[in-house]
Amino acid sequence: MSYQLVVNGRAHRIEEDGQTPLLWVLRDTLHLTGTKYGCGIAQCGACTVHVEGQPMRSCSLPLETAAGSQIVTIEAVAGAEADALRAAWVKRDVPQCGFCQSGQIMSAVALLRIKPSPSDHDIDHAMSGNICRCATYNRIRAAIHDAAQSPSSAAKKA
Amino acid sequence: MSWRHGSRPATLRRRRFRIGCLPLLAIIVAAVVLIVAIALRPRALPQPESIAAVPPKGEVAHLRPVASFASIGDPEARSLALFAEAGRVIQHPRCMNCHPRNDRPTQTDAMRPHVPWVSRGPDDAGEPTLRCSTCHHAANFDASGVPGNTKWKLAPIEMAWQGKSLGEICRQMLDPARSHMDRPALLHHMAEDELVGWAWHPGGKRSPAPGTQVEFGALIKAWLESGARCPS
Repeated sequence: MSYQLVVNGRAHRIEEDGQTPLLWVLRDTLHLTGTKYGCGIAQCGACTVHVEGQPMRSCSLPLETAAGSQIVTIEAVAGAEADALRAAWVKRDVPQCGFCQSGQIMSAVALLRIKPSPSDHDIDHAMSGNICRCATYNRIRAAIHDAAQSPSSAAKKA
Repeated sequence: MSWRHGSRPATLRRRRFRIGCLPLLAIIVAAVVLIVAIALRPRALPQPESIAAVPPKGEVAHLRPVASFASIGDPEARSLALFAEAGRVIQHPRCMNCHPRNDRPTQTDAMRPHVPWVSRGPDDAGEPTLRCSTCHHAANFDASGVPGNTKWKLAPIEMAWQGKSLGEICRQMLDPARSHMDRPALLHHMAEDELVGWAWHPGGKRSPAPGTQVEFGALIKAWLESGARCPS
């Protein structure tokens, strides 16, 4: 069947089974391989993308449900929060192996858009669905705090 | 001895293993041919295996039909018996998992804490930063095994069932202050609510609640009509 998918601002006509996970449409059909396959059962968060601004696990989102929605992947996530997080990630040298990091960033961007000055508790809550096998959690949390206090993010708050 | 200062006799010369270039080359070529032959030997490739769409399930548990309670003459005893039978559904993990005693749902038949760590949030559908809809959508999704329903959310904390006896749950259900439902609304919730109905169609390896929602609704209706008695 044919579905209309808007990914990173571009409309695509996708000819796939409606039960295909969005993750595989992104990676195999659209070749947006920044979104990672981690577990396939919505347990690790590596496949997180934004659907209508909400973070969602693309491995557990059927194409037929995602069709018609605005989808943003790590390749195109932008804005004050994304810029601040990118800078903080580099400054803190957050990634170790890096496999989970696109999912971590997507969840962190969504968190800062909802809570511009998150507490440790807020960060733990929002990021609990994103697993890092290298256990970079402390650096992730510190980088999110850095990003929240960065000038670009602070300007957004004001 | 005369040979000390001269050349050794031929019989006493140390024998050395000597090999020419051609035999050495032949050995190397033979080894390479052997390795290639081993690597390229014909082997049966893995064949695709069909995976059963639905894992085999145990025998379906049925609920006793309402008519079978007619033989109980005492109305109070009949009402209690009806509720005890309905309690097989109420206290089933498919129902209890979404009626937690705190802010965290449980999952699986073992009713272990939900993974990942989630919280009910202000509207019982998750915190704004980690909504239930991050993973759960309008229907069960076979590809990931994640269950879903359009109304996916927790029961309000006032409707917590976990850790309570069937009698306590019963009295709570009949108390509009805690259940937020009068008796017609309670019957509708049990007999017709779509999210409650998910308990009989949970998908994946999850065991469904006993019987059917129609049978369960009939038990609740008969229980309400028989005086809605609660176990002590």
